[in-house]
Amino acid sequence: MAFPHRPDAPELPDFSMLKRLARDQLIYLLEQLPGKKDLFIEADLMSPLDRIANVSILKQHEVDKLYKVENKPALSSSEQLCFLVRPRIKNMRYIASLVNADKLAGRTRKYKVIFSPQKFYACEMVLEEEGIYGDVSCDEWAFSLLPLDVDLLSMELPEFFRDYFLEGDQCWINTVVQALHLLSTLYGPFPNCYGIGRCAKMAYELWRNLEEEEDGETKGRRPEIGHIFLLDRDVDFVTALCSQVVYEGLVDDTFRIKCGSVDFGPEVTSSDKSLKVLLNAEDKVFNEIRNEHFSNVFGFLSQKARNLQAQYDRRRGMDIKQMKNFVSQELKGLKQEHRLLSLHIGACESIMKKKTKQDFQELIKTEHALLEGFNIRESTSYIEEHIDRQVSPIESLRLMCLLSITENGDARCSLDTHYGPEHLLTFSNLRRAGLLTEQAPGDTLTAVESKVSKLVTDKAAGKITDAFSSLAKRSNFRAISKKLNLIPRVDGEYDLKVPRDMAYVFSGAYVPLSCRIIEQVLERRSWQGLDEVVRLLNCSDFAFTDMTKEDKASSESLRLILVVFLGGCTFSEISALRFLGREKGYRFIFLTTAVTNSARLMEAMSEVKA
Amino acid sequence: TTTGLILFFQSGRPLGAGVRLGMGLRMNRTKGDEEEYWNSSKFKAFTFDDEDDELSQLKESKRAVNSLRDFVDDDDDDDLERVSWSGEPVGSISWSIKETAGNSGSSHEGREQLKSRNSFSSYAQLPKPTSTYSLSSFFRGRTRPGSFQSLSDALSDTPAKSYAPELGRPKGEYRDYSNDWSPSDTVRRLRKGKVCSLERFRSLQDKLQLLEEAVSMHDGNVITAVLIFLKRTLSKEILFRELEVRQVALRHLIHFLKEIGDQKLLLDLFRFLDRTEELALSHYREHLNIQDPDKRKEFLKTCIGLPFSAEDSAHIQDHYTLLERQIIIEANDRHLESAGQTEIFRKHPRKASILNMPLVTTLFYSCFYHYTEAEGTFSSPVNLKKTFKIPDKQYVLTALAARAKLRAWNDVDALFTTKNWLGYTKKRAPIGFHRVVEILHKNNAPVQILQEYVNLVEDVDTKLNLATKFKCHDVVIDTCRDLKDRQQLLAYRSKVDKGSAEEEKIDALLSSSQIRWKN
Repeated sequence: MAFPHRPDAPELPDFSMLKRLARDQLIYLLEQLPGKKDLFIEADLMSPLDRIANVSILKQHEVDKLYKVENKPALSSSEQLCFLVRPRIKNMRYIASLVNADKLAGRTRKYKVIFSPQKFYACEMVLEEEGIYGDVSCDEWAFSLLPLDVDLLSMELPEFFRDYFLEGDQCWINTVVQALHLLSTLYGPFPNCYGIGRCAKMAYELWRNLEEEEDGETKGRRPEIGHIFLLDRDVDFVTALCSQVVYEGLVDDTFRIKCGSVDFGPEVTSSDKSLKVLLNAEDKVFNEIRNEHFSNVFGFLSQKARNLQAQYDRRRGMDIKQMKNFVSQELKGLKQEHRLLSLHIGACESIMKKKTKQDFQELIKTEHALLEGFNIRESTSYIEEHIDRQVSPIESLRLMCLLSITENGDARCSLDTHYGPEHLLTFSNLRRAGLLTEQAPGDTLTAVESKVSKLVTDKAAGKITDAFSSLAKRSNFRAISKKLNLIPRVDGEYDLKVPRDMAYVFSGAYVPLSCRIIEQVLERRSWQGLDEVVRLLNCSDFAFTDMTKEDKASSESLRLILVVFLGGCTFSEISALRFLGREKGYRFIFLTTAVTNSARLMEAMSEVKA
Repeated sequence: TTTGLILFFQSGRPLGAGVRLGMGLRMNRTKGDEEEYWNSSKFKAFTFDDEDDELSQLKESKRAVNSLRDFVDDDDDDDLERVSWSGEPVGSISWSIKETAGNSGSSHEGREQLKSRNSFSSYAQLPKPTSTYSLSSFFRGRTRPGSFQSLSDALSDTPAKSYAPELGRPKGEYRDYSNDWSPSDTVRRLRKGKVCSLERFRSLQDKLQLLEEAVSMHDGNVITAVLIFLKRTLSKEILFRELEVRQVALRHLIHFLKEIGDQKLLLDLFRFLDRTEELALSHYREHLNIQDPDKRKEFLKTCIGLPFSAEDSAHIQDHYTLLERQIIIEANDRHLESAGQTEIFRKHPRKASILNMPLVTTLFYSCFYHYTEAEGTFSSPVNLKKTFKIPDKQYVLTALAARAKLRAWNDVDALFTTKNWLGYTKKRAPIGFHRVVEILHKNNAPVQILQEYVNLVEDVDTKLNLATKFKCHDVVIDTCRDLKDRQQLLAYRSKVDKGSAEEEKIDALLSSSQIRWKN
């Protein structure tokens, strides 16, 4: 249970500095608007903000009232309004409506917009068009890295996924680059860089440019983190589409972990109120079970409960002095443990109830069949039945995508014809993002390509092919899976209590593709010998290695690896890599645009009212 | 005891026996009121026995932990965050915003409550933050001997890196009127967020060079900035023509137009590019923004002729027809309901309007309220089935759920009864009787009804499992007898109540000399 790290495993850098930095920047920005002011905060920024500051800090910097940015007229009577928002068009429209309403009423106030993590030109354009450019002052709060845990940094930008992988908008690349730049100024340069994916490559190039421009800043610093690995989410959709069965992943799938904390409802807390619980390494009980396969968790919790009972029981034979010691030294710890234990037992119970209702066993069986590529017809009928029974639209979509990608679109997904008009737009999105693959679009695309290339010179035609390649992408999952040995051969039962490879995060049925790629590249320190895999991933032009010859890196730092997931990573992937780290004496640090799971991916593709 | 649950999560290699069902059907949308319909009637999956070993182990642990409560919960929750009624820690930002929202109604009562709930007025009571120093003071000079390590100390091995200059002045104030920036310099300045005039790029060649520079730098924000400039200074024909061969930039423009809602230009662009399907989808998307059902219906009508793919065209036509139907049904039923003369509406008031619900929900509704209507009416289930070519399986599933919910067992019976040409009746279920049983069980069908359908399950193992799960004792006993499985019957004896009729029946069988047991 909760395998210890190898004694030679390196220490993690202290990322709490990032929080202080973000908080101090915010305070500085608030001080730029002296005097009392009301603060309007965008909903998506509230939880990240909560993790680094609290109301009293805002109060100290003369924030009077707090409002949520929503489509309602503001009732604020303050003379100064400050808006803390993501750079989105609809936020600009909202601010414009407030300012213009004030103007109409002949009222003058001071307005300040703080964009986080950066300002976009499109936003300024809207301010200009609405006639309030100059009436509001703009600032940027470069808060782009939130340490959710000792080894997990999140940019809290779930929109990255849709904006880049669906719309092809590269607006967040610079944000990622700024974050990487900040890390290298704080923790030294990265001597070894690897990456795969179109976005990874672009981010890397832009980052290099930036470092060259600001030459000298990181030079001469000893690297603290020896390797950095950038990976695009679309290199591996399959892993993200699977149901999660390690505890943390399962908690995320069931209750949705938001910004590192989860709302446990009354069914978990066995009381009448909900409880917001931070889930990280500081929760001792959670820390021991987070990476465990769910089937091990019960046993562990029971054992813990028995131990706890025994410790409490010790007090029976105590004399006064011993009792005094017990109360002053141990009781608090025991109580804390008791509280955590009952929470996680409650959570397990609630997960079990939900999963039994959902027919989880059959679901998992179907997923494993899809991953292994057999009984496709049975899996297809299972999915069809799933749709017929109206179990859950998001679940059905997810299964269809999994079927389509693992079968390279050959499964003749006639299913979508039965989905009805409401999902027309969602289907179109899924196809564009490459989450649903079909045979036909590839051909159509080739036709478009050849038509366009007749119109332009060779050089431009090359670029077009580039741009299309991600669209025309066909998933070669089966072949990749064979090459990388993603389906472990198991003689007899896979012992989930003593995992032998990363496949344990999916019950021993499948090694996450993303994690396998990382493992292989780290082993070789390059992409050598992986040409065929890279080709099958449609990434021939987007797999790169860059090593600096500096030998300043300590052997300790060379066992620290920063993995950057562009488009989100799942808790299962994090668990798998933590496992790999323990096996090899590495430690992984995760930087993700957001923590994701299958439901979030599907929801990001749904079309909703503008 | 590695039964049930362990297997449940372990490397379940797929078993061979999947249920083979052919066609699927329209999918439900997720929407609040729609969920209301389905929450009560949703077809749910298999239920595993709650009394499974692992779960009871868990329950045991829970009991153990709870038994400690008396000892533990005696006093304060000192190390627990204070949490408000909504579960947010008191003093957190999300909590405070909710309080503001609650307060904005400014009802007197509300305010009193707030006060007593330890809100604005009592911030002073909250613990002081660990650091009260401000960043600006930090940039001015040395930090105070503070409560935590200052930034500069933490970074002491960085050669005098200062964050102040970039922060010191808002970037907007870096104005630059120089006209001499090359396209690549300009793009670089734009990336840094500096305001930079693009007006000097007047020739098409200059504009395109600027765009190429932006694209090759990969920063989408800059690409969009250049596109905004190009959009303003080029005719749309020229802009479109140039973007057609610059796909990265083109995608940025499309996204930008979607975001700012310039639907007209977007449609022009798709038309120019000859992307007819995207054009159609983009037009169709607008219906999401129309609330009024009649207006929405009229809008959908305009979508019908658009160049969708063949499949999608049929869906659009159906979407229109469905909404047209729903408007008629809604008007009629609202009237019936308010008149209060119709029994079904009195007994089961409608939970939500049927407008804009998906087809399957509409079918459920019509099976619930209009089951017996003649085929000629718009609201009859059979009419819906024909009009929208609903497959048999979907129809049966939906009708079964609706009638079972009303406990109309005769209708359920009729649903599965077929007559052959000789007039013999036969039971047949396109969805398989094991599914029928589950749905009936979900709707709390009495054992006699359940039993009847469990008996119709063909596969003996499945039948036995279902019968055991749903406590259809007679079926279990009879099946064991037919299988001549004495051992299983013996085992089952322990599961029935002592002294019950079932036990008697088992005992009679076990002592019978007529049966040649196989074990």
